[in-house]
Amino acid sequence: MWRYFVKRIALAIVTVFAVMAITFFAMNAIPGGPFDTEKASEPAVKAKLEERFNLDKPVGEQFVLYIGRLFQGDLGISMRNGREISLIIKQSFAISAKLGGISALVAISLGLTLGIIAARYRNKWPDRVIIFFTTLLQSVPSFVLATLLLLVFTTQLKLIVAWDANKVNYLLPVISLAMYPMAYITRLTKSSMLDVMNEDYIRTARAKGVPRLSVTYKHGLRNALLPVITYIGPMIAYILVGSMVVETVFTIGGLGQEFVNSVNNRDYSMIMGTTIFLSIIMVTMNLISDLVYKVVDPRIDFS
Amino acid sequence: MSEQDNNGRNGKRPFSFHTDLSVFMPATEEEKAQQDIMRPSSTFWRDGFRNFRKNKLAFGSLILLIIIIFTILIVPMLIPYGYDEIIRIDGKRDKTLSNLKPMQWSERELEAKANGKEIFPHILGTDSLGRDYLVRTLYGTRISLFIGFFASIIVLIIGLLYGSISGFAGGKIDLLMMRIVDIIYSLPDMLLIILLSVVLREAIGDKIQGTFLSKLGTGMLSMFIVFGLLYWVGMARLVRGQILAIKENDYVLAARSVGASNARIIRKHILPNCISVIIISTALQIPSAIFTESFLSFLGLGVAMPMPSLGSLASDARGAIQSYPHKLLYPALMICLLVLTLNIIGDGLRDAFDPKLRK
Amino acid sequence: MAEKILQVKDLQTSFFTDAGEVRAVNSISFDLEAGKVLGIVGESGSGKSVTAYSILQILSFPGKVIGGQILFHGKDLLTCSEREMQEIRGDKISIIFQDPMTSLNPVYSVGNQIVEAIRLHTDRRGKEARDRAIELLDLVGINDPERRIRQYPHELSGGMRQRVMIAMALACEPDILIADEPTTALDVTIQAQILELINELQRKLNMAVIMITHDLGIIADICDDIIVMYAGSVCERGSTDDIFYDSRHEYTKGLLASIPKREKSEELLTPIAGTPLDLLNMPAGCPFAPRCDACMKICLSERPPERLIGGQHYASCWINDLHELQKQQQELEAE
Repeated sequence: MWRYFVKRIALAIVTVFAVMAITFFAMNAIPGGPFDTEKASEPAVKAKLEERFNLDKPVGEQFVLYIGRLFQGDLGISMRNGREISLIIKQSFAISAKLGGISALVAISLGLTLGIIAARYRNKWPDRVIIFFTTLLQSVPSFVLATLLLLVFTTQLKLIVAWDANKVNYLLPVISLAMYPMAYITRLTKSSMLDVMNEDYIRTARAKGVPRLSVTYKHGLRNALLPVITYIGPMIAYILVGSMVVETVFTIGGLGQEFVNSVNNRDYSMIMGTTIFLSIIMVTMNLISDLVYKVVDPRIDFS
Repeated sequence: MSEQDNNGRNGKRPFSFHTDLSVFMPATEEEKAQQDIMRPSSTFWRDGFRNFRKNKLAFGSLILLIIIIFTILIVPMLIPYGYDEIIRIDGKRDKTLSNLKPMQWSERELEAKANGKEIFPHILGTDSLGRDYLVRTLYGTRISLFIGFFASIIVLIIGLLYGSISGFAGGKIDLLMMRIVDIIYSLPDMLLIILLSVVLREAIGDKIQGTFLSKLGTGMLSMFIVFGLLYWVGMARLVRGQILAIKENDYVLAARSVGASNARIIRKHILPNCISVIIISTALQIPSAIFTESFLSFLGLGVAMPMPSLGSLASDARGAIQSYPHKLLYPALMICLLVLTLNIIGDGLRDAFDPKLRK
Repeated sequence: MAEKILQVKDLQTSFFTDAGEVRAVNSISFDLEAGKVLGIVGESGSGKSVTAYSILQILSFPGKVIGGQILFHGKDLLTCSEREMQEIRGDKISIIFQDPMTSLNPVYSVGNQIVEAIRLHTDRRGKEARDRAIELLDLVGINDPERRIRQYPHELSGGMRQRVMIAMALACEPDILIADEPTTALDVTIQAQILELINELQRKLNMAVIMITHDLGIIADICDDIIVMYAGSVCERGSTDDIFYDSRHEYTKGLLASIPKREKSEELLTPIAGTPLDLLNMPAGCPFAPRCDACMKICLSERPPERLIGGQHYASCWINDLHELQKQQQELEAE
């Protein structure tokens, strides 16, 4: 077990490092690069940039310095407005995390519930209805859903959905983000439950006189959950990327929207900082979900 | 006589209904053979296609997809407007042509019609620059399908090659190749695509001006590159897994032990099992690629102007949602339709061909 | 005569698949006496396991019992509610399955699964239940039970897993133990051990056992009575001696003839010709007719009814009717 943990963590570290390297060198491949003072929009920013970064050193050394600064939490400053990137990220990610977290919870809880229902009432009307809707939802990308919802709500219902910290206004963005993962989890849970319920040990449990509900939840679900746990990593990635569009459409001031803006504004230091930050989050979530899987399933993995 | 139960002798003559002793004559071989009805066997492919046809939803989606492809190929030929053509009346630009509603004519067009000129209607209206929206939407669909298909082919080829080599080679080579796959697999793909698009846009955007590549846009280029660099790993793992499993399988051993040559084994045993999984995986890759492409175009990192993409059309329409909702609706619905049909077809293929699901 | 704790009458079970109705158990009847060992023998697909599952009503979708009675201590199990059946399962009637690897839940410890059975049907809780579990592991011959109890199924060998299954099944000292091919998935040496264990426990606890197997050797060893099944029907049933020394069904005779015998090692093996039946397309007459050497015209058109041969020995074969007819003819002529 421990060997697996160590290997897995090592892989995560290598990956993060690879992303940092790719990002840094990619950004520097742009004529001018992320630290080019000429690209700064204002003289005040330009001055700050010059002060912060030693631009005459060779690229390799710049990279090392950059990594060093990263470890101290210094992600540099935005080329557009000179603000500390780490600060921008901290503030905007708090919003994104809230949105993403709620979406993830909705997706998981609804997905599991609907999946269990679909498996239980297989081929009867609840199952058919659920399959119908999930197939539909899996074909609608989050940005399409977001824009369609916006369309419906603003034109048809004449409701202007302004963003504020008010709970009610989470509704549309959360729906846009959560529907695709929810549909995926539903189908995954259903097929996993069906597979598991056909296993021999379920028959053994019934033969022991275990009541129906216990058979499903104590014996069945615990095994059926395993594939869903492996999906959590990719789901987080989807939500993070999807939030870029959803936040833009609903003008929520989260990290996703900041990122899109920085892409449009050619704010390269911001792009770099955000990419690395988001990558670290994704890799960490993948790592956590893999480790949790190993804990839940005590079998030795021979893959 | 004993009366233990009704199964045996019950005191009366139990065989009185069997006065015809000829039924106790031995049965002939022909008579016995009549009873031997075995189910007709058929090949893997025929079974699979039959299953697929039976799945009305999947088959219907296939028909729908064919109709869509037909439409986007033929209809633009029938409409006299180009996708990038800013429509002029009598050689002059018409300001009133912008943002027409479906089937609406501009003032100048109405004038021209009154003068007897034949003007083809704008079935879906026009966009803000005065270009026919139907043509742009159809063209955008073409682009999306093309990109989706092409990207999937790239994934298929690279993944198939890599996976086969790894699977057949086995041992240390396999181990090394799979380690590389593990690392690539953990990289965050979307972020890298965006990153690469940005880089390419700046680095080579000017250099390729005027070539075919510039029409496609750096966004698409970077998408293909990242697909080629990153997305094939899933397919590679799949192929390798299949090959490993089949190599070990007993029926390969059995075939070998009766003298089947390697080629025959590959053809008759390994391939059918691999291929179905590969086809299904590729089929499901297409809608995923279309998703990615439209997402990128929505962000402004996709195909370059003036080439339309369903994603960029949807993005452009966002600003005018209140006044011209149709501009958003059509490309959005088209994306959903494309992805939906492809998903259903992919699912149908999987249900029809997955050997584990066959009854 | 001992009490008949189980009486199966005209049991019919079908699977309603997309391809049609598959009649897995086609009107079978048999009895089980307390403390005796009944063997059910037959090929794969003969319906023996389905019979067992029908008794406990743990058939998987799309199976359903569609007719007959199953009397346990006189009460018809087929009229019991799910609740009542849950109380009987694991407590009064237990079952152990063929493949102990897949029959144990991989994410729970072995002890957890045994204790579950104890808690469901007895008042024992906590430490008491755990102690009982340890006691059971000891009973089935597992060494170091205190340590084993915390282990997971994949940490144990095949033989040990099967012992765990047996421990689980005997936790509440059931009246009937059904053993569904308990040794088929095990190595030959372990097979003997497990059978010996079952035998010993049966005597100790004075349990009735239904031993389902396709291995005639096992049957001969430990069974008091035997049922021979083919394609969902009972061909013949009786005591072990009846079946082995006075078989009255062509299928039984074929089975016995196909056993390789050491004394006749130079002779060719005599298999039963033909292929097993497709249960979706059942023929009109006796299910075994197409493969039977002594097949008569009537065998193809009508199903043979069950006839009493003597004592508790029954057989469903037209040959017996033919012999009976011939006897009657002779008696007539003698008059």
